[in-house]
Amino acid sequence: MNRRDFLKKTAVVVGGLSLPLSAFKILTPKELLASTGSKTKTRWVFLVDTYKCVGCGMCVKACKLENEIPYDANVTRTWVERYVITKDGKTFADTPKGARDGFVTSKIDLGEGRYQDIKDKDIDKAFFVPKLCNQCENPPCVQVCPVGATYQTDDGIVLVDRKWCIGCGYCIMGCPYGVRFFHPVYHTAEKCNFCYHRITKGLKTACVQACPFGARQIGNIKDPNDPVAKIIMTERVGILKEEYGTKPQVYYIGLDREVK
Amino acid sequence: MKSHVFRPLVVVISIVCIALIVRVFYVPKDFGVHERGYMYGWYRQGNIEEWKNVKVKYQGTEYCKDCHSDKYESIMTTPHAIIPCEDCHGPALEHPSEPPKLAVDKSRGLCLRCHSFLPYPTSGRANIRGINPDTHNPDTECVMCHNPHKPSLEGLK
Repeated sequence: MNRRDFLKKTAVVVGGLSLPLSAFKILTPKELLASTGSKTKTRWVFLVDTYKCVGCGMCVKACKLENEIPYDANVTRTWVERYVITKDGKTFADTPKGARDGFVTSKIDLGEGRYQDIKDKDIDKAFFVPKLCNQCENPPCVQVCPVGATYQTDDGIVLVDRKWCIGCGYCIMGCPYGVRFFHPVYHTAEKCNFCYHRITKGLKTACVQACPFGARQIGNIKDPNDPVAKIIMTERVGILKEEYGTKPQVYYIGLDREVK
Repeated sequence: MKSHVFRPLVVVISIVCIALIVRVFYVPKDFGVHERGYMYGWYRQGNIEEWKNVKVKYQGTEYCKDCHSDKYESIMTTPHAIIPCEDCHGPALEHPSEPPKLAVDKSRGLCLRCHSFLPYPTSGRANIRGINPDTHNPDTECVMCHNPHKPSLEGLK
């Protein structure tokens, strides 16, 4: 081999190696469409205004009845948390029975039958925060499912296939927001699905409909005329645990740094 | 090949074959990778329909207002107009066929969800007229004196 041949062949080999293998892959139209942005017209999102919430818990009651979650079992798809921050800098948070019966006393439930009474004059700020599934754009609960029993629909809702779930509980551990639990009757993973049977019929979710104060709203972020989408796009809204990179799709107005 | 190698090999191969055959019949046709790819879209597609077919239980105030127009119109003039009927009367389901009558929650606890006064300055709760449940007629049901459809003090029974 002379020098000319050597340089020629080296150039060919280096050039060939630098072409990624994927350049030779033939994409199906479906894959191509998926890689250039979703074709769907709907992406469900949720908006919570914590200034409006009064902690009545009607949303929790409605959710449990609508979605057949055993009423007296201490599990729920949505719940309301109370935060009380005192003048000496302490933060108290509780959610007795997930606020199924609302908040009727100023005593904070510390668990194990202990209660903390806080005097009115000691309160710096106090408010209620409704919680529900964030229907993350990168849902960790779906990634960890070993059997394909939980998945995300093309309109963004994470569902659980009760026939397919083996009850291993990885998703319950994987959710950073703690919204998943075992259904006491079916013994499968259970979670809020934005009342998928209602929103796909054009109805509001049970919790949105039950809220007298408009603290909860559901909308479609892909519709520029949607009132909820407009608020999320143009006003100051927060999300929970942004640092996890899950891209949660429940937006909050009036979120405080004490809210985890 | 020696038989002590060959025999277990046959067993292993047949177990794998049986597992693959069972899999063909057991795994539904619509199970597989869908729109969102393997990471988020590996599922049984028929399950979406199953979730869509869950029965709607809460029908909304619009469902009530035609038959119960008198009640609807009376409450609409009060501050309680914002409360959906089913928050107190329970989910309508298929009413009036099933159930023919709804059970109204007239308990003190239901009223206290909003009207037990909590001095929370940065929430809407502080703006609701509230009572101290320990001192305000503790053993009496609210509806003994107050009409939930006419909650102002002029509406006292």
